[in-house]
Amino acid sequence: MAESAVAVGTGQAVHVHHEELGFWRTYVFSTDHKMIGRQFLFLGLFMMILGGLLALMIRWQLAWPETQIPGLRWVPEPFMYDGAMGPEFYNAVFTMHATIMIFFVVMPILVGCFGNFLIPLMIGARDMAFPVLNMLSFWVGAVSGVIMLAGFFVPGGHAAGGWTAYAPLTAVTQYTGVNWGQNIWCISLILLGISSLMGSINYITTIINMRAPGMTFFRLPLVIWSLFIVAILLLLALPVLTSALAMLLFDRMLGTSFFLPAGGGEPLLWQHLFWFFGHPEVYVLILPAMGVASEVLSVFARKPIFGYRAMAYSMIAIAFLSWIVWGHHMFQSGMNPALATSFMVSTMVIAVPSAIKTFNWLGTLWGGSIRFTTPMLHGLAFVSMFVIGGLSGIFMASTPVDIFIHDTYFIVAHIHYVVFGGSVFGIFAAIAYWFPKLFGRMMNETLGKIHFWLTFLAFNGTFFPMHILGVGGHMRRIYNPMQYEFLQPLQPVNVFITVSALVLGIVQIPFVINFFWSLFAGKKAERNPWQANTLEWTAPSPPPHGNWGDTLPVVYGGPYEYSPPGVSEDYLPQTQSRVPHLAAAH
Amino acid sequence: MLSWLPENVSTYGGEVDFLFYLIYYITGATFILVTVTMLAFLFLYRRREGRRAIYSHGNTTLEIIWTIVPAIILVVLSFMSQASWARIKSHAPPGDVEVQVTSKQFNWEMTYPGPDGKFGTADDLTLENQLHVPVGKVVRVHLRSKDVIHSFFLPNLRLKQDTVPGREILAWFQATKAGTYEIPCAELCGFGHSGMKGWLYVHPADEYETWVKERWPSSSQGEGSKGS
Ligand code: HEM
Ligand SMILES: [Cu+2]
Ligand SMILES: [Cu+2]
Repeated sequence: MAESAVAVGTGQAVHVHHEELGFWRTYVFSTDHKMIGRQFLFLGLFMMILGGLLALMIRWQLAWPETQIPGLRWVPEPFMYDGAMGPEFYNAVFTMHATIMIFFVVMPILVGCFGNFLIPLMIGARDMAFPVLNMLSFWVGAVSGVIMLAGFFVPGGHAAGGWTAYAPLTAVTQYTGVNWGQNIWCISLILLGISSLMGSINYITTIINMRAPGMTFFRLPLVIWSLFIVAILLLLALPVLTSALAMLLFDRMLGTSFFLPAGGGEPLLWQHLFWFFGHPEVYVLILPAMGVASEVLSVFARKPIFGYRAMAYSMIAIAFLSWIVWGHHMFQSGMNPALATSFMVSTMVIAVPSAIKTFNWLGTLWGGSIRFTTPMLHGLAFVSMFVIGGLSGIFMASTPVDIFIHDTYFIVAHIHYVVFGGSVFGIFAAIAYWFPKLFGRMMNETLGKIHFWLTFLAFNGTFFPMHILGVGGHMRRIYNPMQYEFLQPLQPVNVFITVSALVLGIVQIPFVINFFWSLFAGKKAERNPWQANTLEWTAPSPPPHGNWGDTLPVVYGGPYEYSPPGVSEDYLPQTQSRVPHLAAAH
Repeated sequence: MLSWLPENVSTYGGEVDFLFYLIYYITGATFILVTVTMLAFLFLYRRREGRRAIYSHGNTTLEIIWTIVPAIILVVLSFMSQASWARIKSHAPPGDVEVQVTSKQFNWEMTYPGPDGKFGTADDLTLENQLHVPVGKVVRVHLRSKDVIHSFFLPNLRLKQDTVPGREILAWFQATKAGTYEIPCAELCGFGHSGMKGWLYVHPADEYETWVKERWPSSSQGEGSKGS
């Protein structure tokens, strides 16, 4: 009760700008966190189409090696030969598929878009702490994207050393024949790192300093917790990647030998640096989706999240542990086997907080009053697919089992269950859930459900059989499986996967239609269409510049008070005073 | 699903496969438990008119249980894995046959030390992409690389080890069954990565003798290796 009044408005500007900004300041060089969020969303969705088309090219080649891909006869040599891919180009295609999906789709959407859009709105602030830095963060990211795409058009082709870019393959031009492509890859990611760094400083500062009165840390929605932790991970991990990329560039262009044994360098150093960044990075991709799932499950089960504190603490535990598990990517690398054992133990331990989260999501469903809306379906898919991805991680964490499945399709299956099954279903849930707040209109539920079910089926048809390929010993990153006798019996599985992948691509069309149709012609959204508790739903849809009128919201309780006793509705917004309900509610 | 595993012909492959199966059953059971519970909840607690969700913020006892149980299982798995891992990767037994495998874009060079049992002497023999070994003997492989990182993969022997330029890495195996097995490269190593493969010929004892005699006719001993 009175406790709510203790937190005093923190250093944010109370005045609201009402003057009209021109087109450029509103839509292009905007400093408004919501517009920057939308910009990141469109950047990510555009890149997702590109990354998806690259994926289909990979799949075509694996099912029907060295045959013509329909519609691609126009691509000139040496990329494609009358519509069929050569091995150099194939390597560039899978390298760029992963690079684009990780750095230019999942990060811009989950962290860039929803981080920007949700943080001020859900903590009750008018904007980010550093709006201009925020604008810079987007534009540096966008430039980095253009540079990355430019790599396709330079002589020698784009980077072809995998998204993990293991040196010395990537450090010396003649090993791949790729010259400027690899340099551009490094430069683009260095820039993207700067962009993320600016974003993360902003997120951390905003969350620490600009919470509304009454918004204590343990009243923050879990999605904000997740973004806060992600920003810290990015802040600490990205400089390591940036340094490693700079060292790689120096090896390539200035004649240094950080990773070249001939000059006294050490190839494994690259792997240590890359994965020291890389493992926290994969949690950057999944933590926001975990946050989204927590919001959505609680709202649509009309129940408080089960074990709120355990949910927050387990994310913190994941964040800490993610710094000491990187070696699980290097079990077979030649690293001291005794060291591998300690990395195995830490990796097994990191699975525990993941398990806690899963059981708590189940606990949230228990005794609920569940509404199967489109965001809820995607949220539920997130949970079940994340379970599969987390469980397959245990196989690889066991060092002896990893001997066999390392660098096989088992890893590819794992990656996609966590990143597509996890992060991308999280993205779909988030878009469907916050679309009314983002654009002021509702998405179409029927189209949304059609898209969900077809995607869910095609997703599993595409990625589950990859476990089978992996168990059969099918290596990842090979151009033509038919070159191996022991893989030939597995070829029907490859064909099945490719057909499912093509379906998976096609069934994204209902999503695109739904997105754009709803953007212009969807039903107008009210303030709080889902009857949710968190602060963003107290602002108009879409919120104006400054988010709230003259007075900022004041917070009286936690974000997940659904179906509390003594209240006639089944929700209790964070901004509603608790005084009359105090006795009943705890 | 694990019936897709390639036939195991290695002494320690059974340990790898055992752990594989064990984790498969544990994770399979967990998956079924979670999925059935979830589906049951989704059905039982679907929205119905006039019913309000239970107002509960959690249950500490339950949460402690589902923290401790997975933790115990995972720690036990770590211990079991550690024993096999050390046997396979840390403590190579004394070798009956020694061979040097050097990777380069995009071939495996197999170097046999010859009758003197020493590498770098005149009687060394280097074959491209052919690894000849006797069945039932401990083969120690000294892995090197001339250019980039490759990965020496013997699917049927449950062995995989990256080769790294600038260092020599020791791996070993002991085949239990004669036959011919593929040796793919498992680490992306350039445009010729796909198709970079060799063959492992596991010979029965007498056949191996013959092979050695053909290669080193001058040697009265007829031993292509030290020891035995
Ligand atoms: C329960 C938790 C998890 C465990 C025990 C686990 C374990 C592992 C292990 C041991 C590897 C290395 C396998 C190898 O290369 O041999 C790996 C790879 C990978 N994991 Fe996980 N993982 C877990 C969760 C996640 C999550 C949540 C994500 C991301 C959202 C993720 C993304 C990846 C990716 C992208 C790779 C492959 C990187 C590459 O080589 O290209 N994992 N995981
Ligand atoms: Cu990792
Ligand atoms: Cu290779």
